[in-house]
Amino acid sequence: MKKDRILLDHGSGGRMANRLIAEMMLPLFNNPMLSRLDDGASFDIPDGRMAFSTDSYVVDPIFFPGGNIGDLAINGTVNDIAMCGAVPLYLSVGLIIEEGFSIKDLEAILRSMSVSAEKAGVKIVTGDTKVVPRGAADKIFINTSGIGQIPEGVNVSGENARPGDKIIVSGTIGDHGITILHQREGLSFDAQMKSDSAPLNHLVARMLNITKNIHVLRDPTRGGVATALNEIAAKSNVGIRIRESDIPVKKNVAGFCSILGLDPLFVANEGKLIAFVEKQHADDVLRTVKEDPCGRDARIIGEVVSLHCGKVIMETAIGGERIVNMLTGEQLPRIC
Amino acid sequence: MKPNAHYQNPALCRSLADRIAEMAKGQIRIMEVCGTHTVSIFRHGIRFLLPESILLVSGPGCPVCVTDQRDIDAFIKLAGQDNTIIHTFGDLMRVPGSSSSLQKEKAEGRDIRIVYSATDAIDTAMVNPTKQVVFAGVGFETTAPTIAASVVAAKRMGIDNYSIYCTHKRVPPALDALASDRDMHIDGFLLPGHVSVIIGRKGYEPFFQKYRIPSAIAGFEPVDILVAILRLVEMITEGSPALINAYPRAVPENGNATARKTMETVFDTCDARWRGLGLIPGSGLAFRDEYAHFDAQRRFGITFPETCLPSGCLCGEILTGKITPPQCPLYNKACTPIDPVGPCMVSSEGTCAAYYNYAAGDDG
Repeated sequence: MKKDRILLDHGSGGRMANRLIAEMMLPLFNNPMLSRLDDGASFDIPDGRMAFSTDSYVVDPIFFPGGNIGDLAINGTVNDIAMCGAVPLYLSVGLIIEEGFSIKDLEAILRSMSVSAEKAGVKIVTGDTKVVPRGAADKIFINTSGIGQIPEGVNVSGENARPGDKIIVSGTIGDHGITILHQREGLSFDAQMKSDSAPLNHLVARMLNITKNIHVLRDPTRGGVATALNEIAAKSNVGIRIRESDIPVKKNVAGFCSILGLDPLFVANEGKLIAFVEKQHADDVLRTVKEDPCGRDARIIGEVVSLHCGKVIMETAIGGERIVNMLTGEQLPRIC
Repeated sequence: MKPNAHYQNPALCRSLADRIAEMAKGQIRIMEVCGTHTVSIFRHGIRFLLPESILLVSGPGCPVCVTDQRDIDAFIKLAGQDNTIIHTFGDLMRVPGSSSSLQKEKAEGRDIRIVYSATDAIDTAMVNPTKQVVFAGVGFETTAPTIAASVVAAKRMGIDNYSIYCTHKRVPPALDALASDRDMHIDGFLLPGHVSVIIGRKGYEPFFQKYRIPSAIAGFEPVDILVAILRLVEMITEGSPALINAYPRAVPENGNATARKTMETVFDTCDARWRGLGLIPGSGLAFRDEYAHFDAQRRFGITFPETCLPSGCLCGEILTGKITPPQCPLYNKACTPIDPVGPCMVSSEGTCAAYYNYAAGDDG
């Protein structure tokens, strides 16, 4: 690229657009389905059930410790499909780029998308690029959609939690949200935080290999673990009990939350999952999760009960009890 | 989650709670004055550990909750001015004024920014010399010194486009108002740790000498709170009231003299209106003449009509611990965090928000 900025022409659909695709995207996302450059990708589908998901990524800042908007966009949709119990296969990528965006930054984003897709074992088979005038978007927005195949015998849904199920969380919570907040607000805490952005499909495959009796999978992104658990309690019409002392939180994240009056239970994660597993398989599944690089800090944090349906109750670290409610809006830092 | 393992030690908490239960004779009402205490008590499930005879009632110590409706309306009015940037702490964003909130005004396109420190607002003023930067000054003695320091810095640097709409309040006069209320039956006060860091144990001495109600300054970890409650229960049952500092690792006897001096350089005391409590003599902070230039109320000539609390809203009774949130007819009906009537429901330290989020409508 001779020019170092994205111009409106790059979204024109003409020569400039073709060149952007040919020079920057095809070499990174190379696969036969994409390189045909048809209006859409065509492929055979296997027998059985499919999962289909979409998500849009507008994170600010677009680069942050532990990742960028590009790998987040791949991991996020891969994880949404994986949380249906499915094996993610194909993704689409829609880019909305602000006029004047740095081509070098675009390249860095596309490169990490390519690396993440490779890591997750999914193919980017179709895409679209739009360029909007300066000010009409904030740097770059990315939409990804994806489909995956649900293996025979797998039935995972937020409605499937059953009394007795053990609840596994795959690692420390709040890392992503606190990293983003820390970066975005330019807070000068020397906290060395890092987003946990990662694809979880291989972890899910390992878990389902141990048992198909995994009733619910959820990646607690926005709204955090508390919101995900509340949604599951309501949808499955069960009660949930968790133990504060078993919930893994990094010391720096806990400290940061404490200073700003935030609750890590409500903070976003991008590389963690919650699994509701039938009691007799829970220890085996936990062992497997801990063997995975994404699950080293995994813990059983609680269980499903037939009391207080629709509510999540936490045994606090000091032996008290309280309700864990759903997040209402964004958590805002307090005055004192 | 073990950020402060020692101060959250379950065995220690249990043994403190057991000693409180042994010691307590008859019903004891203790008011936690500070919103951070309220949230900590709920978040850690401290009430669950205590015997039924100990009744913890929440006081008026959430700064956003006691901000008068007129002041909220003034913030919203200022946000609507051309060429104006409002800076605020996050708690204030969702607080409903008479017809809008800062959050809604922001969605309308007003320039309203959440900051973590008043010095951020000075930076904004410096890079936007053609705009007026107004800081929504809400808080007690904890935040007032930092606001005062920002004003002193702005004056020194000759920054003319920075001002504060000051609704800062002082805690001791509010304690005085609570203690002199004949309908209040408070056996002991759990005094706010953060405010005490600034005013010291001595800052409460005149209040204590006047009413001789057992009072203990407390930190915010479960062990801090339980130790302070135990000390209060001892004083109450033995009939030997005292004013004690149960948070000595943070609160010096005389507080922070430098912070107070900065505050006193910029502000003088004045009477102030508290939401739900009315006018409390000497409970506010007003700009001294030398710094009057930084007073947003004067600079922009803000006036406002008399407003009254929305019908049915019992903020005053809740902020003085006379009733609990579930006893308010609006609670969890017309007033929820999504559609709040009063600030107690949306401030992160509000009593109603604490009941809603941590007790789900139950009575604590």
